[in-house]
Amino acid sequence: MTPLAGFLLVAALLFSIGLAGALTRRNAILVLIGIELMLNAANLNLIAFWRYGPHPELLTGMMFAIFSIAVAAAEAAVGLGLVIQIYRHAHTTELDKMNRMKG
Amino acid sequence: MSFAFCVLAALTVAGGLAAVMLKNTVHCALALTVAFAGQALLFLELGAQFAGFVQVLVYIGAVAILVVFAILLTRGSETPTDGVYSRYWIQGVLISAGVFAVLGWAILQSASQLPHVAQTPTATVLQIGNALMGRYVLPLEIIAVLLTAALIGAVIIAMHEKEGAE
Repeated sequence: MTPLAGFLLVAALLFSIGLAGALTRRNAILVLIGIELMLNAANLNLIAFWRYGPHPELLTGMMFAIFSIAVAAAEAAVGLGLVIQIYRHAHTTELDKMNRMKG
Repeated sequence: MSFAFCVLAALTVAGGLAAVMLKNTVHCALALTVAFAGQALLFLELGAQFAGFVQVLVYIGAVAILVVFAILLTRGSETPTDGVYSRYWIQGVLISAGVFAVLGWAILQSASQLPHVAQTPTATVLQIGNALMGRYVLPLEIIAVLLTAALIGAVIIAMHEKEGAE
């Protein structure tokens, strides 16, 4: 197995773990943690392809990963702000109990 | 497949597994930090020093702290008595196992055609800065606007509304 395939397999495993977390947990914060793990797995793929790809001097994969990290940070800030506001409103962070959109 | 890669991959995957499986939410956040650190070390292993340190600063320094704050502000550290998994956890596990099976099959099928460049490429901070200020200056500006908008939006969303404040 080439090193790139190893990195891609680890990234696929991390992505699946994050997906399982996002789909199975009841706490909204844990779902956000799962989404963060999935974004991280994508970043690992980008960096691995940059390292073993044919034109690393163009820095394309590196730039993609840096911009993706910035977007993930923005997503985490907004998501956790939403969770805090929903907790203030409904006094729960359990997704099963958030079953109406009307305030 | 070096020894360092195996250790770092095991650390990252174990951290990720613990982050989604532990019952106590604070422990989950700590395990998430371990996964982030393992991934930063994987970036260093790949020769991407700048991305590794950005990962440490942004994820361990900011996102993990933000998650801990959110957990403590929402009393999420109290383990619920009726289980931490949703009713449909079997379907969720099956879907993610299927996704991993498809991804792993695709990777193993194409393993022989994947590109392989032996020498480690260099990506100094100077090169990255030149690329950010030259070829990628428009995405950089857009990401700056996005971050500003997201931070203002997060503050407005989480701001406490005062009663009768008109």
